[in-house]
Amino acid sequence: MREDYLEIRGLRVSFDGFVAVDGVDLTVLQGDLRFLIGPNGAGKTTLVDAVTGLAPATGSATFDGIQLLGKKEHQIARAGVGRTFQTASVFDQLTVLQNLDIAAGARRRRRSLLRARGAVPGSVQLAMETTGLTGLQDRPAGELAHGQKQWLEIGMLLVQNATVLFLDEPVAGMSAEERRQTGELLRRVRRDHVVVVVEHDMEFLRAYADSVTVLAAGTVLAEGTYAQVQADPRVQEIYLGPGSQGPGSQGPRHQAVR
Amino acid sequence: MTRRWAGSASVLSGYLVAAVILFGAAPVLLSDFRLRLLAQFLCVAMVAVGIGLAWGSGGMLTLGQGLFFGLGAYIMAIHLQLSDAGPAGRPAFMVTGSGLPWWWELFRNPVTAVLGIIAVPALLALLLGLGVFRRRVKGAYFAILSQASAAAFALLLISQQNTVGGSNGLSNFRQFFGFALSDPVNRRMLYFIAAGVLIAMVAAVHQLRRSRYGELLTAVRDGEERVRFLGYDPALVKVLAYVVAAVFAAVGGALFVPIVGIISPSNVGVVPSIGFLIGVAVGGRATLLGPVLGSLAVSYAGSTLSENVESLWIYLQGLLFVLVVAFLPGGIGSLGAALRGRRRAVGDVPGRSAGHGPPGRPLVDGGGPERAPAGARSGGV
Amino acid sequence: MDAVLGQLYAGLSLGSVLLLIALGLTLTFGQMGVINMAHGEFLMAGAYTAFVVQQVIGGAGSAMLIALPLAFLVGGLLGVLLETTLISRLYHRPLDTLLVTWGVSLMLQQLARDVFGAPAVEVRAPEWLRGNIEVLGVPFTTGRLFIVVLAVGAVAVLSAVLRFTSLGRRIRAVVQSRGLAETSGINSRRTDRVTFFVGSGLAGIAGVALTLIASTQPYMGQTYIVDAFLVVVAGGIGQVRGAVLAAFGLGVLQALFAYSQSVSTAKVLLLVCVIAFLQLRPQGLFSVRTRSLV
Repeated sequence: MREDYLEIRGLRVSFDGFVAVDGVDLTVLQGDLRFLIGPNGAGKTTLVDAVTGLAPATGSATFDGIQLLGKKEHQIARAGVGRTFQTASVFDQLTVLQNLDIAAGARRRRRSLLRARGAVPGSVQLAMETTGLTGLQDRPAGELAHGQKQWLEIGMLLVQNATVLFLDEPVAGMSAEERRQTGELLRRVRRDHVVVVVEHDMEFLRAYADSVTVLAAGTVLAEGTYAQVQADPRVQEIYLGPGSQGPGSQGPRHQAVR
Repeated sequence: MTRRWAGSASVLSGYLVAAVILFGAAPVLLSDFRLRLLAQFLCVAMVAVGIGLAWGSGGMLTLGQGLFFGLGAYIMAIHLQLSDAGPAGRPAFMVTGSGLPWWWELFRNPVTAVLGIIAVPALLALLLGLGVFRRRVKGAYFAILSQASAAAFALLLISQQNTVGGSNGLSNFRQFFGFALSDPVNRRMLYFIAAGVLIAMVAAVHQLRRSRYGELLTAVRDGEERVRFLGYDPALVKVLAYVVAAVFAAVGGALFVPIVGIISPSNVGVVPSIGFLIGVAVGGRATLLGPVLGSLAVSYAGSTLSENVESLWIYLQGLLFVLVVAFLPGGIGSLGAALRGRRRAVGDVPGRSAGHGPPGRPLVDGGGPERAPAGARSGGV
Repeated sequence: MDAVLGQLYAGLSLGSVLLLIALGLTLTFGQMGVINMAHGEFLMAGAYTAFVVQQVIGGAGSAMLIALPLAFLVGGLLGVLLETTLISRLYHRPLDTLLVTWGVSLMLQQLARDVFGAPAVEVRAPEWLRGNIEVLGVPFTTGRLFIVVLAVGAVAVLSAVLRFTSLGRRIRAVVQSRGLAETSGINSRRTDRVTFFVGSGLAGIAGVALTLIASTQPYMGQTYIVDAFLVVVAGGIGQVRGAVLAAFGLGVLQALFAYSQSVSTAKVLLLVCVIAFLQLRPQGLFSVRTRSLV
């Protein structure tokens, strides 16, 4: 089986003179569940924006030999790079099935768009099973619970046939049980996808991250396993100030990381 | 599966009822004068069907449909004038001595005239649509531009006294593709054509709405930015609906000409363009039948009232806009549902969808310091 | 050359009127996301105010001076009335405000027709606005000059208010981030109402000015509203600076086009220019992102 990977080199994003991302190198392999952390303003979401076409950037970001920078959002999506947003952005007026079917359809032939959907497509069926939304297929997405909306977004990424998945704070606002289910879902998904998760939730990170990249002030501060990163004094410093025990430490400051 | 069957049965019976009323009951019950009036309303309703698709399903507030209505109408009028004048003849209103404009000659042939009625507005809508949608000009910007285009078109027509009759427009048509317009039988035929075309348009929109394209169009309406990240170009999705709406308006205009007997700039400017919207809003913009029924009802109310007190109708028209759009954005059809508080019907109202957001607000996601740049490209209206 | 200069002067005064109309539109659009189609009728109300004042007072000279503040008041009050009764319910539904205010505009036009009659009424220009001043050797009518001065004055005052007063700071804060402004204790509802008052009042003043160069009739607002919106679109929504540039740009372009072509061709060319311009800058001259409003 072919190994896919995302390769970012010297990525730089600036707005009106303010440099949000300053020369980031990042390589993520398939099967590696990568978490991207860092304090507010570190440039995490901007990095995702740049790679998915939302923010103009210089440098290079390639996937499958294709240069992503400079392409339009929909072209990048078609090249196999998908993303979710911090606030679940599903189509509230459409049903779960319709949401997934649209996500699955970008490569459909134009003419087939003019017909109504016949049977439920296999990939959509599979995605509903993977995300546990099968029973809700005719429910308008606007009526779903918060966690279910996030799962629907992930499901949309799956049927979209994206190989690189960027998830922006997927478990924010979820209950403990929903977090656990999301984590399991991500583990299932990472086997044949390149998965990058932007997340602040350290418990979640510790439980599910294969590797972690720490961003600070637009640059990569540290990279490695959770334990390696946690032990890095520079990471401890930017997160909790001098003398603390690193991002995983228990206590009231823990949530302040958000 | 059973639900689908039940659905298609009720759809079929719906079309049957419409056909019986339009083809059976109306011609029998109405006087020739009233039937002609109804035919005129049907033409206006064609514009409304297109607006229902573009605005109701697609969220594009087309404030300038008079442009396309006028294009269709004037091309038809030019053709009728030329066929009245006979081969190599010229219409009476033109100043003698000046030559026939070259673009008149294009529409002398009945086939090119019919083709032109469809192709000219379609091409213009394609160009305009791609121009604005590609650059992500949407919402209020789009509405204002389309309104300005109708205004400019009307002014252009007024200035062309010698080629399209200026503010008087074109009138006094004697025949319609060889059929004398003075013959009541032919007038009746025109009515039947209008009724048939309208039903076909509703059926076309029906198919578009239930197709995957229709779902995609709604998705673009409610989350244009999100659709991009699924690998679609929203500009192409929107432009199709816009072109369909333009062609429907043009066909409505083309049939309006022989039925009413005159077309002038006052039928195509800013005021009539917004006028097309009232019926759509009243009937329910996001529904299949709302635009048609609303448009017919408003046309009927308008002609009945202005026969008596014209100023009263203008006040009422204004009031309708205010009341329906402000307090009943789902249209009259949602009134019962709104009273009963049923969630589903209210859910059909696109009033609070993303496309209607205020300018400058990021459409994709919430703020946060490192998010500010996202608004740079997605935030504009 | 003289003819071109003459057209330029005509364009400047047209641009001034457009600017006076567009200032209010761009502020209310920028701050509240409201597209007020009845704005043109506030213009009409201002013009009829000048007419009524003249009827009551008789003398044209002082009537103009009295009419200006009065028209500001009339336009402003109409604006506040509209804002509190209807528009405040429709924030964040810009397309719906467009349709609702169109309905209001229809009713106001009909009202004007019922009260003053459909034909144009005569507002006489005062003695001191009937002469000519030679600028660069080409006569510039004092009426047109007066309009330009009025517009420039209005922009200057508005800019000063926005920049230096606490009201201006409140308005700018609400334009940039309504939520943040509210949490910092700004009463955004009151700020909205003040903005509406000022914006509509400026339309009233524009109406008085317009009596000098156009006829006063029930449809006069509609004639200018579309152009004024083009100014807002081209200038960038909520941008005073953009509105100034766009208004004079469009005014002069239209006058120059009208000189070489006909007035109607000028309109068409103008529209093409705006659409072409939006291809380059979809957000208008100055985007909402720009930190400063002025």
